[in-house]
Amino acid sequence: MEEIRDVVLEYVIEEYLEDEDEEINYETPLISGGIVDSFSMVSLKRFLEAQYKISIPDEKASPEAFDTVNSITALVREFIG
Amino acid sequence: MSNIGSYEERLKKFDWSIAEQELGYNKGEVINIGWYCSDRICEMGKADKTALIWEGLGGATRRYTFDDIRVKSNKFGAFLRSLGLKNEDRVCLFMDKIPELYIGFLGVLKIGAIAQPLFSAFGDESLHVRLDNAETTAIITQRKHVSKVRRIIEKSSYLKHVIIVDHDGKKPLKDREMTFNMEEYEEPKDFELFPTKAESPSVLHYTSGTTGQPKGVKHVHYSLISQYLTTKWVLDLLEDDIYWCTADPGWVTGTSYGIIGPWSMGITQCVMDVGFSAENWYKFIEKHKVTMWYSAPTAIRSLMKAGDEVVKKHNLSSLRHLASVGEPLNAEAVIWSEKVFGKPFLDTYWQTETGSIMLTNFPGMKIKPGSMGKAFPGITAAVVDTKTFQPIQEVGKIGLIAFKPGWPAMMRTYWNNETTYKSKFTNGWYLPGDRAYIDRDGYFWFVGRDDDVINIGGHLVSPFEVESALLEHEAVAESAVVAKPDEVNMEVVKAFVMLNAGYEADDMLELKIMNFIRKKLSPLAMPQEIEYVKTLPKTRSGKIMRRLLHAKEWGEEIGDTSTLEEDE
Repeated sequence: MEEIRDVVLEYVIEEYLEDEDEEINYETPLISGGIVDSFSMVSLKRFLEAQYKISIPDEKASPEAFDTVNSITALVREFIG
Repeated sequence: MSNIGSYEERLKKFDWSIAEQELGYNKGEVINIGWYCSDRICEMGKADKTALIWEGLGGATRRYTFDDIRVKSNKFGAFLRSLGLKNEDRVCLFMDKIPELYIGFLGVLKIGAIAQPLFSAFGDESLHVRLDNAETTAIITQRKHVSKVRRIIEKSSYLKHVIIVDHDGKKPLKDREMTFNMEEYEEPKDFELFPTKAESPSVLHYTSGTTGQPKGVKHVHYSLISQYLTTKWVLDLLEDDIYWCTADPGWVTGTSYGIIGPWSMGITQCVMDVGFSAENWYKFIEKHKVTMWYSAPTAIRSLMKAGDEVVKKHNLSSLRHLASVGEPLNAEAVIWSEKVFGKPFLDTYWQTETGSIMLTNFPGMKIKPGSMGKAFPGITAAVVDTKTFQPIQEVGKIGLIAFKPGWPAMMRTYWNNETTYKSKFTNGWYLPGDRAYIDRDGYFWFVGRDDDVINIGGHLVSPFEVESALLEHEAVAESAVVAKPDEVNMEVVKAFVMLNAGYEADDMLELKIMNFIRKKLSPLAMPQEIEYVKTLPKTRSGKIMRRLLHAKEWGEEIGDTSTLEEDE
């Protein structure tokens, strides 16, 4: 669990964070906070699928499920089994 | 009774002077959108009326009266003048939907400069190309977007001033950067409005075509006449309305109907600067008792997807009138909105170049779900034959949407691109590039684009621009970009990619290419799918046949392939 959320957090910081001074944590709102928009969410989903060799159905990839690193981690764990 | 009253009666007696009279404008006099949206409303006795209710993350709220936006837009104007900026200089507004964007827009117009709003999610290349094309002198931005500006500033030779509206002093400013705080800046005494006239340029919005670079659509201050009257008659705003336009002012809806229309009428509007979620949107409507809601099919379909249960958790009884813009609103969405909100979203059709609503479903009119409705009074609209460019008389026959030029908000040219501007007119008609038909009752029905431009949730993306950017990725040898059907956004970008030798076609490379385009152009332009191919279909002269790839994606007939390369 710890490892997944750290990987996700690092990826979000690396790929989506524009403001160099902004600090985010596991509970920072990503979608509602405007860090990741709905189009970019597709690339984040694709990253998770490639990284963890899983397939996340579109109906599970809701803005709510992708809103924090913690919620994303929970989603990934659901499919890793 | 709606503001428009009887549509048929309005058609009989229509003249744009109706708007001129209501706004107190006489031909030849000064007309400045910045003044009309703030000072005039104050002079009408509404200085203390709320103009803007802004809500950000975590429920943070800021409220401004019309007097506040008058004073603060004057501050913006005075500050820009202190930098030596003057009329017709291009000033880019590159911000999220924060109050400074809305108020700064008026400030730019008040000094006669040209406002160039750009979508803050644009990547480096998209930003650079648009600033360079417009020879933009100043950019107003916020801390979180400064890094993008820094990455392009060395090659942006025209850009002299980078104005940061929320600098906190923690990090030093760099070359050409400065701060401006609209709360703290001293109110200018005797601020002088620049006396713009009807044909003085006001706003420069960028849009994409099939080929070439994005085009800067030039509008003038006289556009106010169309924008005011369409807001009044189509969006049907009333004195006590709380209006919510969900569009970002980086796009034309966000300025024409997210700033100019409502504020020139002295209407209170709400802005939510928070990412999309159905729950947040409904909460926002309930909290602020929104009465008029102007949104987009993409958002409406996303709300549909979130289901009806979440609607029932909120009291949305304040909603009086709903309208939609950006792309055709499908019949299912109209029927759904009637079911869950008790009223349908009324579709409106227009584009960046038209500046204001052209075809629409009017309040009180019989609504045919899925139709774009009828022409706004004063607009001569037709569907013309694709070869003769004569209006089609036959009911239901598909042709090109066409408008007779001359309405007040019509674009005046494409910036530094008069040739392309002229190419938009044929046989005395302005052709927006969409296909449609007219039914026996005179209603317009959208069929599709007449070119390869991809319409993503109402935002146009040029396949050429994406293909050019793809070629800059080290792994890509050749590519073709087409629209792919999408349940929520109508269309999204799909790229067919041929790889250079030594690169393996796998998921991680696909992700890298997607992110490359997202950062370079924008999240909208990022391919949602990349298909690796060994060859691309080309004509014998070497031109990629996007039409074939498009047909494959949409399950359509491939059509004539006689010009296809023999080995394909």
